[in-house]
Amino acid sequence: MSQTIFYILASLSIISALFVVFSKIPIYSVLWLIVCFFTIAGHYVMLNAQFMAIVHIIVYAGAIMVLFLFTVMLLNLNKESEPHKRTYLKFAAILSAGVLFLTLLAAFKSTNLTPYQLPEVNEVGYIQNVGIKLFTDYLLPFEISSILFLSAMIGAVVLAKKEK
Amino acid sequence: MENTLQSVPQNWYLLLSSFLFCIGVMGVLFRRNAIIILMCVELMLNSVNLLLVSYSSYAGNNDGQVFVFFIMVVAAAEVAVGLALLVSIFRNIASTDIDVLSKLKW
Repeated sequence: MSQTIFYILASLSIISALFVVFSKIPIYSVLWLIVCFFTIAGHYVMLNAQFMAIVHIIVYAGAIMVLFLFTVMLLNLNKESEPHKRTYLKFAAILSAGVLFLTLLAAFKSTNLTPYQLPEVNEVGYIQNVGIKLFTDYLLPFEISSILFLSAMIGAVVLAKKEK
Repeated sequence: MENTLQSVPQNWYLLLSSFLFCIGVMGVLFRRNAIIILMCVELMLNSVNLLLVSYSSYAGNNDGQVFVFFIMVVAAAEVAVGLALLVSIFRNIASTDIDVLSKLKW
């Protein structure tokens, strides 16, 4: 059962990721990327990481992709005006990505991964456990990330402001 | 969904996320529109997130999920600043084509 769900989700995420790259119109790429993020959230649910799935949907589909959509609409890129790369450059891009994948495959094949002792009850993804970990062991990075957010917000406002 | 960990080997998640990462690399090399390139960077970050979550679930240790949380924070900040930069570039040269932006090339 869960194998079938894994196959469906994995093929959906790969197909939507390919559509992100090969769509001619930028807004279709954005919409396919949202589909891809939802399938990845489905993988998180399959892996019993419900908190991560919810945060992923809220942050990526809710915030980041809306930002992308707004930018695409603001810059009026919703047409097929993008000049495309020359054919041999496209071929080189596909070839180099394929070579990278083959290299990764060869590396995985020659690595002996230590088999895990699977836990009896898998509760690591529950919101209580993640929250306890986040607010005890990782409290300082959590606070620093808020400062990072603040500086990113200020930087975005300053950069996108109209120059006088 | 408790039996996912038993019935799906961890290697499949390794393969899936490396494949998604390679698709992201291909998109960065393939496209000329800077917005699509940023989106492909997001795709690569997401494949790494998927791998971290799968490892943390299979090992029964939730440090990996906390790392995923921080990666999401950094990705959100990166997208905000990157899109602001794109908007200001677009205001100056009226294009998001990366081949036009070759002033720093030598």
